[in-house]
Amino acid sequence: MHLITAKTRLSPNVTRLDVQAPRIAEIRRAGQFVIVRRGEGAERIPLTIADSDPAAGTITLVIQAVGKSTRDLVALEPGEAIRDIAGPLGHPTELITAGRALCIGGGVGTAVVHPIAQALARAGVNVTSIVGGRSREWVILEAELRRCGDVVVCTDDGSYGRKGFVTEAATDYLKSGRCDIVYAVGPVPMMRAVANLTRPLGVRTIVSLNPLMVDGTGMCGGCRVSVDGKALFACVDGPEFDGHRVDFDLLAERQTTYREFEQAAAARPDHDCRIGLGQR
Amino acid sequence: MHPQRLTPKERLQLSRQVMPAQDAAQRRANFAEVNLGLPETLALIEADRCLQCKNPRCMLGCPVNVNIPRFLELLSQGRLPEAARSLLHDNALPAITGRVCPQEIQCECECIRAKKGESVAVGHLERFVADWARAHPEAVPVLTAPPSGRRVAIVGSGPAGLTAAGELARNGHDVTVYEALHRPGGVLVYGIPEFRLPKQIVDQEIDRLRQAGVKIECNVVIGRTYTVPELRARFDAVFIANGAGLPAFMNIPGENLKGVYTANEYLTRVNLMAAFAPDADTPVLRPRCAVIVGGGNVAMDAARTARRLGAERVVIAYRRTKAEMPARVEEVHHAEEEGIDFELLCAPLEILGTDRKWVRGLRCVRMQLGEPDASGRRRPVPIPDSEFVIECDMVVSALGTRANPLLTATCRDLKLNERGNIEVDENGLTSMPGVFAGGDIVRGAATVILAMGDGKRAAIAIERYLLETKA
Ligand SMILES: Cc1cc2nc3c(=O)[nH]c(=O)nc-3n(C[C@H](O)[C@H](O)[C@H](O)COP(=O)(O)OP(=O)(O)OC[C@H]3O[C@@H](n4cnc5c(N)ncnc54)[C@H](O)[C@@H]3O)c2cc1C
Ligand SMILES: Cc1cc2nc3c(=O)[nH]c(=O)nc-3n(C[C@H](O)[C@H](O)[C@H](O)COP(=O)(O)OP(=O)(O)OC[C@H]3O[C@@H](n4cnc5c(N)ncnc54)[C@H](O)[C@@H]3O)c2cc1C
Ligand code: SF4
Ligand code: SF4
Ligand code: FES
Repeated sequence: MHLITAKTRLSPNVTRLDVQAPRIAEIRRAGQFVIVRRGEGAERIPLTIADSDPAAGTITLVIQAVGKSTRDLVALEPGEAIRDIAGPLGHPTELITAGRALCIGGGVGTAVVHPIAQALARAGVNVTSIVGGRSREWVILEAELRRCGDVVVCTDDGSYGRKGFVTEAATDYLKSGRCDIVYAVGPVPMMRAVANLTRPLGVRTIVSLNPLMVDGTGMCGGCRVSVDGKALFACVDGPEFDGHRVDFDLLAERQTTYREFEQAAAARPDHDCRIGLGQR
Repeated sequence: MHPQRLTPKERLQLSRQVMPAQDAAQRRANFAEVNLGLPETLALIEADRCLQCKNPRCMLGCPVNVNIPRFLELLSQGRLPEAARSLLHDNALPAITGRVCPQEIQCECECIRAKKGESVAVGHLERFVADWARAHPEAVPVLTAPPSGRRVAIVGSGPAGLTAAGELARNGHDVTVYEALHRPGGVLVYGIPEFRLPKQIVDQEIDRLRQAGVKIECNVVIGRTYTVPELRARFDAVFIANGAGLPAFMNIPGENLKGVYTANEYLTRVNLMAAFAPDADTPVLRPRCAVIVGGGNVAMDAARTARRLGAERVVIAYRRTKAEMPARVEEVHHAEEEGIDFELLCAPLEILGTDRKWVRGLRCVRMQLGEPDASGRRRPVPIPDSEFVIECDMVVSALGTRANPLLTATCRDLKLNERGNIEVDENGLTSMPGVFAGGDIVRGAATVILAMGDGKRAAIAIERYLLETKA
């Protein structure tokens, strides 16, 4: 059992939970994730370790409520507990130790980018972050990222920062000078667009993939992604890969496997309704 | 109260008692256990069929040398507590092995009575005695020794890890089992379905271990949460039994289509995550027609699971013939009874998809058996111009598993063979002092009883190692 010690709402559908998990807090590194199971009968879902406080023995999860499992998780209150947390899983981020790095976060992907920016800044790298959101209230972790370097905020409606997509801001940044590496995490279309932007420039681009997962240990093969035409398991070989070699179409396609189950679960007014009955 | 002993001639006249089973038409739609268990009267008759051989060949066929004639003799005399203690002395998990051992190639295959007619139903009787023991825990008390002050870490809670944990705890050692998943049991809970091995049995065995003082820590992934060298530093000895959890793929086009599962994923969703229940949080696809590629227990389990989840047609596609299928004979038989179709001498070439990337069929080629290969089995070769398509909306690859590198990649001192399995000596000792290994991570995908045998052997070797290294 993992006690929730704090809860903060970061945007209309993104919530930060600080949870007790001392061993993971002690050893986790940027880029790693945990598999969380809220309680008996719940799904196992992967969530990035957004931050940790080894002294307090807590890790930070930043959760976007998109479906049943994530909604159930963010419904928990401090003092309640998460039943199972396994990790830290996945490879730590490949970090540079000098030079200039661009970190791009779209939506809840900002939470995945934050520990990377943190680690880079600690190593002395010049970090610029570009974060995007629908409008002002959807932008998360801006203050935290400012501690790591410059931040450019983009909103779709221009209600805050610059109007437009993160890729536009990224284009300007890439024109403005040297860039040694780009980290991009967000929805698949965003990661694909960033990879397409940096490929002709030859700038190394790391993306963090989020296929469906079950065990997170390489046992089931459900999280397979195609990188350079090779089937790799995001949970053990990733989750971060060279964005220029990833088959994003396949990733996007496979993410929709259970869409009808998910929609059926989401459409039911009763929050406790479960998926599983539906046919596709 | 002991019944009159039968003469050998009378024993020979008894024919093999039939295991009652749930009706095939009924069980196709439920996950309850198929075999119902012998009633006591039939079990006693069946035990009487044993000739009490002076040189019991059956024991040679059993990988852990269960003293079969002894427990059968006690059973036939109705001395159940003693029969149970005898059996449990030799085999820590008889309720499990009695259900899943491939008896027809082990104990029962060597039974003298198999020469002329039918072997003694050792597996069914093992199950009977074990189930009696489960219902009468007071008759088989959990034995414990005074604390030895020595600590042993075990990686993985499958049959190998559980057996070693039990043996070591019985000798008073402080044992901690680390399990990557949220529930202990290994393949017994995530792979083998409820209708063959009720999970309650595995839970009960795990409870017994806990009573004996074994600590089980779930959600700890060795290689990530801790490494083997870290465990080695904190414990007096380590036993690695992390199984062979890495799925093999067919390496044909279309394997990334939606509706293609590895058997590991399919069975884990249904068993461990209980996706068979209509109100489960974890989804699983419900196809109209499922094709399962493979011929082992894993393939049978996946096929019979798909049947129970409502597939109208379920096909097992296998490269060779039924005679070469590695599955337990009983599983093949049960699958046939449940109306599973067998496409034999059939190899997959390509999974066909719709434009929305869902599976729509499996293109196959007909095979014939050619010259024997290195394994002595006749090698299947494709017949030219014999391609055909099986229309389906789900494909499950059940081609076996390989060594998962997650743990070994973080422990370079462990010597591996070319297939990635950990190398051990005859005592289960690895290339690292104080670190032992057994089960599927050493053997490649094998069986429950072989994994248990490894657990027991390693426990004995660890015992010796602890004595030698005593401060
Ligand atoms: C390595 C990794 C790290 C992750 N880190 C985070 C994190 O830090 N914070 C966070 O909020 N989420 C993270 N995710 C995504 C998160 O695991 C999913 O959002 C979650 O599993 C959805 O479960 P659900 O039952 O709430 O939604 P569902 O009902 O399963 O899905 C609802 C909607 O979300 C989409 N969806 C489902 N699974 C995913 C997925 N894996 N990725 C993208 N979309 C998905 C569905 O297509 C559907 O539209 C991560 C995923 C991976 C693989
Ligand atoms: C579907 C299926 C059906 C089968 N049917 C039969 C049958 O009928 N009869 C038979 O005899 N055999 C059968 N087998 C084979 C048998 O189940 C295995 O040979 C046996 O379970 C191997 O035992 P084990 O203890 O070595 O490993 P496993 O049972 O695989 O257990 C290993 C455990 O270690 C855990 N683990 C893995 N990596 C780590 C890590 N890094 N850190 C911590 N924990 C870890 C795993 O989660 C797992 O719980 C079947 C196998 C499958 C998959
Ligand atoms: S453990 Fe398996 S092989 Fe040995 S006697 Fe029991 S059923 Fe037969
Ligand atoms: S070989 Fe058969 S008949 Fe002989 S002791 Fe074993 S089980 Fe009994
Ligand atoms: S989640 Fe099962 S192999 Fe990656």
